[in-house]
Amino acid sequence: MADHSSSETNRRDFLFLATGAAGAVAGASAVWPLINQMWPDASTIAAGAPVEVDLAPIGEGKAITLKWRGKPIFVRHRTKAEIESAKADDSKITIDPEPDSKRVKSFNGKLQEPWIIVYGNCTHLGCVPTGFSGDYNGWYCPCHGSHYDNAGRIRKGPAPKNLFIPDYAFLSASKVKIG
Amino acid sequence: MSEHHSTYVPSTGIERWLDARLPIVRLMHDSAVSYPVPRNLNYFWTFGGILMFVLIAQIVTGIVLVMHYTPHTSMAFDSIEGIMRDVNWGWLMRYMHANGASMFFVAVYIHIARGLYYGSYKAPREVLWILGVIIFLVMMATAFMGYVLPWGQMSFWGATVITNLFSAFPVIGEPIVTWLWGGYSVDNPTLNRFFSLHYLLPFVLLGIVVLHVWALHHVGQNNPTGVEVKDYAKDTVPFTPFATVKDLYAMVCFMIFFAWFVFYQPNFLGHADNYIPADPLKTPAHIVPEWYFLPFYGILRAIPDKLGGVLAMFASIGVLAFLPWLDTSKVKSGAYRPIFKICFWVLIIVTILLGYTGSQPTDKPVLTLGDRTVLDMVGFAQILTVIYFAYFLVALPLLGLFEKTKPVPASIADSVLGAK
Repeated sequence: MADHSSSETNRRDFLFLATGAAGAVAGASAVWPLINQMWPDASTIAAGAPVEVDLAPIGEGKAITLKWRGKPIFVRHRTKAEIESAKADDSKITIDPEPDSKRVKSFNGKLQEPWIIVYGNCTHLGCVPTGFSGDYNGWYCPCHGSHYDNAGRIRKGPAPKNLFIPDYAFLSASKVKIG
Repeated sequence: MSEHHSTYVPSTGIERWLDARLPIVRLMHDSAVSYPVPRNLNYFWTFGGILMFVLIAQIVTGIVLVMHYTPHTSMAFDSIEGIMRDVNWGWLMRYMHANGASMFFVAVYIHIARGLYYGSYKAPREVLWILGVIIFLVMMATAFMGYVLPWGQMSFWGATVITNLFSAFPVIGEPIVTWLWGGYSVDNPTLNRFFSLHYLLPFVLLGIVVLHVWALHHVGQNNPTGVEVKDYAKDTVPFTPFATVKDLYAMVCFMIFFAWFVFYQPNFLGHADNYIPADPLKTPAHIVPEWYFLPFYGILRAIPDKLGGVLAMFASIGVLAFLPWLDTSKVKSGAYRPIFKICFWVLIIVTILLGYTGSQPTDKPVLTLGDRTVLDMVGFAQILTVIYFAYFLVALPLLGLFEKTKPVPASIADSVLGAK
């Protein structure tokens, strides 16, 4: 392009840079929709709206699995003994330390200790752990051998985190809203 | 191979006319007829041709399958069963495609091992080798996405486990996974994009294969002695008929092996759980990837830390790209390297054993003393992982400094005809 030996900056250099910069911006803008379309679409987001769950039919020592946003959610009604053993282990949690009181939510200022509500996907690679099993009688993930206790806290195995707790709130003592 | 000049002579008027406008016949002639190949190549050098055949077979059967497959979570599984039962010859197309993926990996692992043993990654073939590593990675991605399409239990949970690997990265991990899924879990959007990419990637593969062959034809083939071609007349033979016939013979033998699986054991390499439709609420009791991913899966599970495991798994493949610079030996071929030879076979055995650990439950005992488990699958995999990496990061750099190699023949011709 520049066949003149002048090393001074001139108008052509400016035009060259400005065109290049405009081209880069235009290119990036054109690519953006191609990247952005991969995020969850409106129908997926709408289908993931909050749900209400009636806790009354779940007896003490029982658990249910429900499906929300394509994922399993465990709702477990713990017995007194289970709550006590989970609380007693508060100081023994080493992988992702969290006291039992942080694993439950309150209603009207009162901790709803019997109710453990967690995502049913192992925090390792997403398999669904089996309930009432493993070394701590919580959940055991058959894929890579993670053991969770009855509060969903990781006790042994490759999973790095406790079972995740979805956003939820008690609407009454026997009803929760998830999401 | 800069000394090799085109020997194509257009014989008819039409050929001369075309040659002056698009010298495509000349290109074919120079790369598949007169192209000089070392005269001492053994049967391990036929796997490049075999791989080309398998890639084309996968593309052809794949295009046919797409004519009958429905990429939707509610219909994918049934459409596959429709292919098996209703579509004319559908069972053959599907079994060829599913077993073809395994055959692809059988051939590529032999092809890679050949390169490792004879030092085919060394100068001037570094770029050729790295293109090969990229082909291997794209192949793995393609095979993984293809396995998801039937939407069986292993499809679904394989997709969940593999996409969750990305959640190991701090901060950006979770958003990346949501973006990959196009939702809150592996679901219809995920299936659709995997289908789209599974159709695209084989053609990307074909493009990289063209570069791979171009690089190969520019630098020339390595050979069992690792000595470069010095005299074309003495050291090489023309590709046609010598390599063509040998490649075709090996290809036919490989097709018999392939056909045996397709017609007699079509589900031997698959997993029975994938004949159960996907269920997001129930994980199969024992989840394993296809056999060709097992060694890397073994490494993933060997590391007790999630991010560490993911990084180790990617590193176990990524390290291959650095081989040209990790191997410090001046002697190319393993045939003249006594200690290297032992290390090489240790690597092969360790890789197979890693695959074995990947296929077994993590808490299964390997070594017991009375009632006590001294070593379980994870511990065993950890030892194997250390040896695997030691081959690349310790053995190869150090062997070049200490190993006493055997005398290398002066030329390819000498190695075949004996030194005069």
